[in-house]
Amino acid sequence: MDQLQALLTDVLREGIGAKTAAIAIVIIGLNVHFGYTGLLNMGQAGFMLLGGYGFAISVAHDIPFVVAILIGFALATVFAMIIGFSALTLRGDYLAIVTIAAAEVIKILGNSERFKSLTGGSLGFPSKKYDPAFLNLSFFPHYKTWQILSFNYADVSTSAGFRIFGWLVVLALAVGLVLAGMKLASGTRKILVMVGLGVVLLLAALFMFPLTELSTGDSKVGDHVASSTGWWVVFVGWVLAAICTGIVYLLTRSPWGRMLKGIREDEDAIRSLGKNVFAVKLQALIIGGCFGALGGMVYALSLGAIKADDQARPMTFLCYTALLIGGAATLLGPIIGPVLYFFGQWTIEGIVRFYVPDSFLSDQQAEPTAYVVMGTVLMLLVIFRPQGIFGDKRELRFHV
Amino acid sequence: MSEATARADALASVERTPGSAKPDPILRVDKIVRQFGGITAVDVEHLEVQRGIITALIGPNGAGKTTFFNLMTGFDQPTSAGKGGAAWNFNGKQLTRTGAAAIARTGMVRTFQLTKALSRMTVLENMMLGASNQPGERLALSLFPPAWRKREAEVHAKALDLLARFKLDTKKDDYAGSLSGGQRKLLEMARALMSDPTMIMLDEPMAGVNPALTQSLLGHIQSLRDDGMTVLFVEHDMHVVRHISEWVVVMAEGRIVAEGPSDTVMSDPAVIDAYLGAHHETDLAELDYDEIESEVAEEEQEREELG
Repeated sequence: MDQLQALLTDVLREGIGAKTAAIAIVIIGLNVHFGYTGLLNMGQAGFMLLGGYGFAISVAHDIPFVVAILIGFALATVFAMIIGFSALTLRGDYLAIVTIAAAEVIKILGNSERFKSLTGGSLGFPSKKYDPAFLNLSFFPHYKTWQILSFNYADVSTSAGFRIFGWLVVLALAVGLVLAGMKLASGTRKILVMVGLGVVLLLAALFMFPLTELSTGDSKVGDHVASSTGWWVVFVGWVLAAICTGIVYLLTRSPWGRMLKGIREDEDAIRSLGKNVFAVKLQALIIGGCFGALGGMVYALSLGAIKADDQARPMTFLCYTALLIGGAATLLGPIIGPVLYFFGQWTIEGIVRFYVPDSFLSDQQAEPTAYVVMGTVLMLLVIFRPQGIFGDKRELRFHV
Repeated sequence: MSEATARADALASVERTPGSAKPDPILRVDKIVRQFGGITAVDVEHLEVQRGIITALIGPNGAGKTTFFNLMTGFDQPTSAGKGGAAWNFNGKQLTRTGAAAIARTGMVRTFQLTKALSRMTVLENMMLGASNQPGERLALSLFPPAWRKREAEVHAKALDLLARFKLDTKKDDYAGSLSGGQRKLLEMARALMSDPTMIMLDEPMAGVNPALTQSLLGHIQSLRDDGMTVLFVEHDMHVVRHISEWVVVMAEGRIVAEGPSDTVMSDPAVIDAYLGAHHETDLAELDYDEIESEVAEEEQEREELG
């Protein structure tokens, strides 16, 4: 019972942690590319890496914090323009080839011995060089332990029966959220219902699984399950994710966003209506890339080091998986998708670690097992529910 | 009716020869050649399209009509560009090196043979994309709804108006992908009208449309002309062509072979040749083999010279 409680608490910590928030921001960018504009960007990890490097290396060289962020954005913009001018006039498949290759170039440069003094090479760029500047900005008290929620199940009853009941309530709310996402017709009402349900679910989950972390500070532990930099980075990460979602909301509901969807459906039709398709695609590529870079910065802050190998092709595919779980071309899909993805991954890993005998699957095999299961989930999803959890069912009937 | 006679009078003095000069041309085309490898798809020496009338572009399959449309609207580039050859001019503007989007903005809007309805967008969204001068389509302004809300309301009203005219208003919230083929043709035409074009180019507007809908489409095209628009359209159905067009241009093997009013051009020997072949009236039993052989040899000679 206590072991399961510990496991689920870890799952919740990772599921709503800063790393998830970072991935969510990256996926918001990918959604602008793939979901709204139909650009098959297979190199989102490259944007992430550029954002992280640009920001972290600048901060480490005593460049002001805001300027460092702008440098990250500038690198992503230049990267997007290089890709855009070379591949955006070609058909979609070529963009996929160019982006995957370009992201690979960034990764190789990051790993290269030649730039080791700058990027730290394959050992990574350690967070102690850039974290302090970020932690100094915190208006949370430093190095204090906060439990969220401080009013929790322990104040009511610690009996097994009450806890199991509470867990079932949390599970029911989670299932309700997913079902509501699948059943409701898209629109403002759906968004409000989802956000409301999400908040209730979060509170219920935190009531049953209170999380304890430093308010601000570096509590990175070797074991990846327990890695986190305190509530400050979690807070910043999700606030940024919310702001990015708001920006995408405004963009996609504007006439500009309508053009994006039109380009996704048929470029030539949009061209015949007198719109400059190339310029709009380039703008979309840059905006999505900058979201990717911002996500890369938060990702760097949530980890012990920026390693190029962490942000290579598997990262891009993880982003696509999470985006498709949530639903491409939806507003909340990029937020719920990675949360569900990490819940799933950590639950499977925890189960393999604690409940599957080592003779069958050892602890080292826990992570690969989780990837196998999540990969299968992606396949099943694409076959049986290609629009994801939040996607509009009607859109599916006219797949292009 | 007086307008119709005025249009007929304006064309009465025009010569019935390929590339003849019109009294008030809106589109003027010179020396457009488009080759795909060794095949010359389009080779137009000179063409003028009269303003304010319906001109039909006809010709057998593979005559180069759609390629010609693509060239005019910037979706394809002529092979003769830059060699001092290709030049075309719409409403006084030189379009020789203009992109498709910029050409559409000058007021020459086209539709496609295979309709390009934006399937996963609603009919209304499709329509609203057709509007021009929407400041909200600029990225910097899109984040500030007050900057574009007024224009959006105008566009919305206009879209509803046009949808009502094309009897699609009940479908406005449906996805365009759920429309029938004929309704998509209507939608595409209505969408093209959102920007108030001066000339509309319709690529086979009647293909795949049932006869009842054809009648209403024809009515729409005629009303466009009555509103002062110039219409150029590609069509196979001769009844349609004869019914609504004032002038017919006939293409065959990439060239313009005949021009004239719809009632007389069909009897032009060049047109009959193009559609039915030069020997369509010859009885097979009376064929003179030697003559045919010499003709074939001549044609082969010609082909070798060209190749």
